[in-house]
Amino acid sequence: MTSTHPGSGGDAPRAAAQQTAPIEVSVWRGGERGSYVTYAVPTQASQTVLDVVTYIQRVLDPTLSYRFACRVGVCGSCAMTVNGRPRWTCRTHISKVVENGRLEIAPLANMPVIKDLAADMRVFFEKWQAAQGRFQPSQTRADPIARIAPAARTAIDKAIECINCGVCYAACDAVRWNEKYLGPAALNRAWTLVNDARDAGNAERLRAVSAEGGCQSCHTHTSCAEHCPANLDPTGSIASLKRRAVEAYLKGEI
Amino acid sequence: MREMRLYLLQRATAALLAPLILVHLVVIYIATGHGLTAADVLARTRGSLAWGAFYGLFVVLAAVHAGIGVRAIAREWTPLPAAARDMAMWVTGLLLVVLGLRAVLAVVGP
Repeated sequence: MTSTHPGSGGDAPRAAAQQTAPIEVSVWRGGERGSYVTYAVPTQASQTVLDVVTYIQRVLDPTLSYRFACRVGVCGSCAMTVNGRPRWTCRTHISKVVENGRLEIAPLANMPVIKDLAADMRVFFEKWQAAQGRFQPSQTRADPIARIAPAARTAIDKAIECINCGVCYAACDAVRWNEKYLGPAALNRAWTLVNDARDAGNAERLRAVSAEGGCQSCHTHTSCAEHCPANLDPTGSIASLKRRAVEAYLKGEI
Repeated sequence: MREMRLYLLQRATAALLAPLILVHLVVIYIATGHGLTAADVLARTRGSLAWGAFYGLFVVLAAVHAGIGVRAIAREWTPLPAAARDMAMWVTGLLLVVLGLRAVLAVVGP
């Protein structure tokens, strides 16, 4: 009995649509010193860059190292450099990025390479801590629940959605030029806490983000906002942080 | 808070320099577009406190602005250590002050 569902179609056209000519995929292999190795990977409809990397590891070379977890754009673990741009590989269809049948995949830039496509994100998280990205409580559980002004909360609506995937850090020119620069994600995090009325660590935090490599090192190139897979605006957070830090300095608070 | 001081100083000097540069460009336009000779220019500037103050301030602001800028550029584009970057800032700033004020003196002085 043949299906009458309008979307089902026949088997032959579906197979033709899903299986097309293989693409040539250059993948970074090795640590800091290494080279690109090229693989031929068969393509399918709706195939993501993460699918391509997974195919290489499962079928062509099981020694390939890479990092992923959720596969659906929630965790931010699978960020890599795809054709020169940092991206979440799980949310990037190859149809959007393949150029002349070729794809180049490398680990995230601005971080040391552990092996193959796995970047060492320690420095990224260390800077997050250096920017005082931790909440510093001002009350105890015995105190009444803090009343938060809606305007202070909505000011950071976008900024609090950051999941620390490191794409902005890899895309940032200022990070590449100045290894002490804290980077967009850490400063964006600091900006969310600066706006948190319950936080008691702002003098220390504003001092941290005004020291060498702090928010004043941002060139406002907006690469972070341009590349952020969650469409956040770290550049805006940093600009606001600059203003707040200057105010605090002129008032003698830091 | 040294970084913050330098950051503010560089932006403050930029803000003050902007209108001064505009006046400077207009002066150049008038001086070159109206056939003024060096002697004509000197006749206007010699002994003029106003021109002396204007270009004296211009030189100092430019020297501070450029000195801090050179330090920032050295941070991002050279492997120089921190002490050498500070040295580059001071040398640039002082050189511009000395050369600039010497030039101001030459057109304003007797």
